[in-house]
Amino acid sequence: MLANEYAPDDMRFTQTPFGRRRELTERIAKSIFFLMAVAMIIPLVAIVGYLVLRAWPSLSLEFVLDVPRKGMTQGGIWPAFVGTVYLVVISLAVSAPIGVMAAVYLNEYAKDNWLNRTINLAVINLAGVPSIVHALFGLGAFVYAARFGYSILSASLTLAIMTLPVIIASTREALASVPMSFREACWNVGATRWQTIRAIVLPNSISGILTGVILQVSRAAGETAPIMFTGAVFFKAIERGNLFAYSLNEQCMALSMHLYTLTTQVPNVEDSIPYATAVVLLGSVLVVNATAIAFRVWLRARKKW
Amino acid sequence: MIVSRAHFVGKVALVWLLCLCLLPGCRKPVDGPAKGSGSPATIQNKGSDTMVNVAQAWAEAYRSVHPEVNVEVSGGGSGVGIAALLKGSVDIANASRNIKPQEAAQAHANTGKEPVEFIVGFDALAVFVHKDNPLEEISITQLAGIYGERGTITRWSDIGVKIPNTRHEKIIRISRQSSSGTYEFFREKVLNKKDFKLGSLDMNGSKEVVELVSSTPTSIGYSGMGYASPGVKMLKIQKEPGKPAVPPTSQTTLSKEYPIARSLQVYTLGQPVGAVKEYIDWMMGPDGQRVLEESGYVPVLSK
Amino acid sequence: MVGESVLEWIIRLSGISAIIFVLAIFVFVFREAAPVLSNKEFSLVEFFTSIAWYPTSEENVRYGTLALIAGTFSVTALAMALAVPFGLGAAIYVSEFCGPKTRETLKIVIELLAAVPSVVWGFIGLTVMSRLLVNYGNAPVGVNMLNGGIILALMAVPIIVSIGEDALKAVPDSFREAGIALGASRWQLVYRVLLPAARNGLLAAVLLGIGRAVGETMAVLMATGHAVQIPHGILDPIRTLTANVAAELGEAPAGSAHYRVLFMTGVLLFTITFVVNLTADFVIRGVKRK
Repeated sequence: MLANEYAPDDMRFTQTPFGRRRELTERIAKSIFFLMAVAMIIPLVAIVGYLVLRAWPSLSLEFVLDVPRKGMTQGGIWPAFVGTVYLVVISLAVSAPIGVMAAVYLNEYAKDNWLNRTINLAVINLAGVPSIVHALFGLGAFVYAARFGYSILSASLTLAIMTLPVIIASTREALASVPMSFREACWNVGATRWQTIRAIVLPNSISGILTGVILQVSRAAGETAPIMFTGAVFFKAIERGNLFAYSLNEQCMALSMHLYTLTTQVPNVEDSIPYATAVVLLGSVLVVNATAIAFRVWLRARKKW
Repeated sequence: MIVSRAHFVGKVALVWLLCLCLLPGCRKPVDGPAKGSGSPATIQNKGSDTMVNVAQAWAEAYRSVHPEVNVEVSGGGSGVGIAALLKGSVDIANASRNIKPQEAAQAHANTGKEPVEFIVGFDALAVFVHKDNPLEEISITQLAGIYGERGTITRWSDIGVKIPNTRHEKIIRISRQSSSGTYEFFREKVLNKKDFKLGSLDMNGSKEVVELVSSTPTSIGYSGMGYASPGVKMLKIQKEPGKPAVPPTSQTTLSKEYPIARSLQVYTLGQPVGAVKEYIDWMMGPDGQRVLEESGYVPVLSK
Repeated sequence: MVGESVLEWIIRLSGISAIIFVLAIFVFVFREAAPVLSNKEFSLVEFFTSIAWYPTSEENVRYGTLALIAGTFSVTALAMALAVPFGLGAAIYVSEFCGPKTRETLKIVIELLAAVPSVVWGFIGLTVMSRLLVNYGNAPVGVNMLNGGIILALMAVPIIVSIGEDALKAVPDSFREAGIALGASRWQLVYRVLLPAARNGLLAAVLLGIGRAVGETMAVLMATGHAVQIPHGILDPIRTLTANVAAELGEAPAGSAHYRVLFMTGVLLFTITFVVNLTADFVIRGVKRK
């Protein structure tokens, strides 16, 4: 930014103490901020590294496929892994369509009146509700009032409401990134609003929408409080490797809940098993997110506008 | 053509909505525990954290005996199990304390049935300190002085103990959350139904108490004797001044010499039938009791 | 075209769904909590001003949440004291000082940091951090306010960084160009021009970070020691409102006073986060009007 920075040494035309001091402050400031940024990477890397180190003896495909044995002190985490998969898939299957349609409404149809400002506010607030309040709601509404009882259905619906606002926000961003000129071109040839959305807006933003939905997998898989009171259990025996073991009105184990109970309630667990559970949970979440982010980066590079 | 595509998408959306409405119907028929041997059943088992590990071991072992029976085990504390029983939403509630008369009355009011109790084992509530702590025995009065709301013992020097290798003096009290039957039992037997002092670290599970004690040199905690680990030591308890201090073992638990011994029980609403009855009978039989003993508790059968 | 108008109605309905859910949550939680206000044993004054929390007492039932409120407040304040400088510093670095490749990498790392589940953070606090604090931090017990504060800071930083960076990027380039034209260095630009200009957005970032910290449940349940007391130092164990509800909700029989008081705590939490989010929204709105 300073002209002097780019000039070679012998061509710097003023080298006053004032100038030198300014360059020094600039360099110090840059280093401090750099260190602050790096100070966040270090914990992440250190945590992941330490977890993998302690989990190493137990980490294997067998660990994921096998069921817990000997009072959950040995064996694997299959029921919990499958349970998490069920919860994530069902909750996203419910919240993604509703979220996308709500974002389509907010971005394409809504005028700037009080109703839509209220909806905006509602989305922001829904995103900030503490997870335990979601649990309270899930308990009161789905388990008791709707009489779904303690079940995968109740837990998934609670998770769906939790992931809804962020899906709305990220879909809106994706929709907003489609240039207005595209829509105007469609209207000029006589298409209705929905026809425009169906033919031009959605196909051009579907990648961003998908990325947003996939990023919510980490939220749905990682939350414990909402499922603890609506459908997750300490233990449930299912066959190893069975992908269709649960039905909607049963309770299930879940990776997040399993990590919690292994840490706080099961004595004499083989030392590496809780760490391995944490690594499987964290690893799955990071892999899914990294894939979604890579997908997004690739798509942005491909965009022609 | 654009028009027909809109039609198509509209229909797809309608179908999707209908499916969502049918979702609640998409369940396997709820198998009740009313049938007996051989037919598929799901048994819901909730309650005591002290018993959750042996309940899980039972569920695991029972699966090889009756693979068609599915037992779902949850913890949360004796309070959680009994609360679910009162609502009629669980088949078997595990409790490390006895059900209170007002709770039994509530169950009768809600569901029309009385809770039935089955004693499935015994346990000693051990008081743990860090293995480097020089203390070997403690009296009920001193425990009440440490844990009770009006208790005045706050430092290790108040009972003449010096913990090696640390400057910290305050006694770190480790307790359980109020949903725990262990918590209630301790309050009844040691604090004489008076309240705990605020500021104790209230842990979620029996194992967490022992783990925290083993990593905190100035702490004291209470938990089931089956949760002992190499990093902690169990104290001998002196019931009254003048009487000898008794260590927690199987013998002293059964003989009631150990002052804070308790029974472990399961509750059902009304007399159990079918798969639930078979399960409870199995729990109290030789196989179930062997599993209980391996988990660190005292079996009923050896009486 | 019938298909299209039905579809448009479905879309409109989905749009309103967000309001419906927020209202539903508030209504449900409040409905379960409200009856306790007429209960003779319960006093709203005691709820807010007493530290004695004895919901299951045999002799003297008391529902005082002052210690819990102090716990939530203190651990959030500590977490913000750690997260705000680092978060804003990182946001400034990513937005103003670094090259495009580094920016992409850092942003990805921050997004991944945000994806770590809260129970994994709680696990780390309970096992790794507590040992570090006892061995090197001279703490009498490893699970305490500092432990919870560090974990919450690590959870809140990604929000502060991403929203803060958005706020800095939103400052029009003309501000920067004017500064350069006057001969300012990058640091002077940040300190004298950009930070004041992006002040609202940065404040919103901090507020949303606070909202995240206040609402966190599992991590604080496992890392703070869960002790009902007003802390005298950062090495004291505490209990937060969220952890309190999570620990006791399962055992309170549905419809009992204890159950309703826990829902009342939920109303309190909902109100706090509502106010924080509303403020953040107004603050951001102030930016757009400029």
